[in-house]
Amino acid sequence: MADGLRLDGIAIDLAGEPLLRIDAEVGPGEVLTVMGRSGAGKSTLLAYLTGTLAPTFEARGRILLGGRDITCLSPDRRRIGILFQDALLFPHLSVGGNLGFGLRGGSRRTRRDRIDAALAEVGLEGFAERDPATLSGGQRARVALQRMLLSDPHALLLDEAFSGLDTDRRDRTRTMVFETARRRALPVIMVTHDEADAKAAGGARIQLG
Amino acid sequence: MSPVLRLLPAITILAMLGPVAAGLWGTILPAFGHLPAVGLDGPSRVALDGLLDWPGLAAAVRLPVTTGLAATSISLVIVTLIVAGWSGTRVFAWFLRLLSPLLSVPHAAAAFGLAFLVAPSGLVARAASPWLTGWERPPDILVVGDPWGLTMVAGLVAKEVPFLLLMTLAALGQSAERQSLRVAGALGYGRVTGWLKAVFPRVYAQIRLPVYVVLAYSMSVVDVALILGPSTPPTLSVQIVAWMSDPDLAMRAVAAAGALLQLALVVAALGLWRLGEAAVARWGTAWAGGGGRRHLDEPVRLVGLGAASVSALSIMAGLAVLALWSVAAIWQFPDLLPDGLSARSWSRQAGALAATTGETVLIALAAAGIALALSVGCLEAEHRRGRPISTAALWLLYLPLLVPQTAFLPGLQTLLLTLGADIGRGPVIVAHLVFVLPYVFLSLGDPWRAWDPRQATVAALLGASPLRVLVAVRLPMLLRPLLTAFAVGLAVSVGQYLPSLLIGGGRVATLTTEAVALASGGDRRTIGVFAIAQTLAALLPFAAAIGLPALLWRNRRGLHG
Repeated sequence: MADGLRLDGIAIDLAGEPLLRIDAEVGPGEVLTVMGRSGAGKSTLLAYLTGTLAPTFEARGRILLGGRDITCLSPDRRRIGILFQDALLFPHLSVGGNLGFGLRGGSRRTRRDRIDAALAEVGLEGFAERDPATLSGGQRARVALQRMLLSDPHALLLDEAFSGLDTDRRDRTRTMVFETARRRALPVIMVTHDEADAKAAGGARIQLG
Repeated sequence: MSPVLRLLPAITILAMLGPVAAGLWGTILPAFGHLPAVGLDGPSRVALDGLLDWPGLAAAVRLPVTTGLAATSISLVIVTLIVAGWSGTRVFAWFLRLLSPLLSVPHAAAAFGLAFLVAPSGLVARAASPWLTGWERPPDILVVGDPWGLTMVAGLVAKEVPFLLLMTLAALGQSAERQSLRVAGALGYGRVTGWLKAVFPRVYAQIRLPVYVVLAYSMSVVDVALILGPSTPPTLSVQIVAWMSDPDLAMRAVAAAGALLQLALVVAALGLWRLGEAAVARWGTAWAGGGGRRHLDEPVRLVGLGAASVSALSIMAGLAVLALWSVAAIWQFPDLLPDGLSARSWSRQAGALAATTGETVLIALAAAGIALALSVGCLEAEHRRGRPISTAALWLLYLPLLVPQTAFLPGLQTLLLTLGADIGRGPVIVAHLVFVLPYVFLSLGDPWRAWDPRQATVAALLGASPLRVLVAVRLPMLLRPLLTAFAVGLAVSVGQYLPSLLIGGGRVATLTTEAVALASGGDRRTIGVFAIAQTLAALLPFAAAIGLPALLWRNRRGLHG
């Protein structure tokens, strides 16, 4: 029971009104899809999982990641990676600078090598010095994915991560993300309103609201 | 959150309101005849009687009320008309580019420029002489310093229009202006009528505090009144400063009584304005519901554009004349231009200029730097707490701008002297901070909050501590607004007159105090030199704030404009 991501009796209220209740377990490499209309609490759930929930909400319940209780940890200690609809690359850093941001430790040389390898892995060899603003939407999504993976997360959250891409790119990016998660045995929670996303994930599904 | 960051909002409020509260306290005691330093052991009516015995009192009380209300309402009307008639058009965009830099032109420089334009020997009279007026010598009429304060009102309006306009623009963003205008247009409303009826109420609700600031400021301003206002008798604020510098120290008690009167006047005028608001709202609701579609829309549009252009041009032309005087050789009336140009005025003032510029820059850097650090700290604390600041806190931010300077600065000086504290550069920086902080905070607040918080989430989940998120992500991304806020702070500090004069105890000479001190003399070349130097000191930081990010981020397209 120590592996994976466990949401243990999570209950979030807003102004005394119950907003969402969730109890779930996501094994390594599995995907839990959370669906629901807007306002159903999808982003609230993600905010709770990342530790960025506004204090106006009241939340109870525990988050266990790999057997470790991370409920009260600050966001930077949770070892959770997130991908949003927008790539949200830091516009003041180069592509390499973005990848290096989350990379922990290592000599200058090994860091450099890992960044280059991460770029090569997604077909972006030699992009390290590029300005992120000059990349295409698909390229940005891949850089965002690699940036997140280089920070060595133990779980992965997807917040409408594929909604910003056109259909063709979307399938390819989705496949790439799910395969990576399976290979690295990362539990994944995906929030989406798109049926195709849910189908491609193929795992358990929760409907909110 | 670290304890320092947690305490920062309280420290900031203390820095802004502490000197105001201390100054008011230092005013109240002497005003009621208690000033042991000169042997007054009150309470007594001594100070009050001194004030009541002053023959200029009636005019000094009337002037701030009439000029303050006039300057505020005229500025508001001009801004309302130009926005109602032109917002969203190309003319408007062009006009804004023209007007924004004028915001940072110090009041004193703008006032000198206007004086150099409209005085009997000014540029306007020269342009019309002798062919139109027949004047071979400057006529003996009192334009600058007229007993009704009309020229002073004009000077205030020219400076407050850019301020209110930029405040209005910020408010427009949250007023769904376009949608309302489209709906009104579809219902057959003219542009101006539609804007006034559908958009104005929402906009006014948001610029109310800045309008109050303009009223309080216009009623108590000292430097503009010294340059453009009547002198026999002067406005109450000018007289308070005169009493403060009287060799007879007992006059400080009279000054304190005057300061309390000044505070009461501003409070009363704000009350009057509030009543006016209610009356206009009542009448306006009936008017808006009356269904009239067009009320002279086209003429009103043109009047708005004309008035706003005159107010903008008067500052720019004024600065041009100041610059010309600073390099003029011989320039006789009624010649439109000087006979020749010379750098003599500049070289003769070089020593004084270097010293006062150094002092000005030092004080401005310190005040703006502290203000920026406190503002960033407060906004970061707000971000980490996840709660936006309340309306009450916003009022606190505006409070130091609503209390008239002449009501608390004299008391602050007296208090510092009574405590035996050293007056000079340090306290001057603290006094500047009172006025610099609100503007820096207001300038930085909107772009800070508009920043996408998901960037912070991403960075934090990549393992960055809150401090690293701030230093390595948020601050670099907000470099442009940070520099702009810093430039705003510098400009506000450079333009300060009264805090430097009173809290500096006459020992702190800035470009502004030197320029204003020249007002009574009439050496136009030296005035030109100092007023232009003062303007440059306020404007150049803005140029840097625009240029620096473009240079630093030249390879980062995502951060351009």
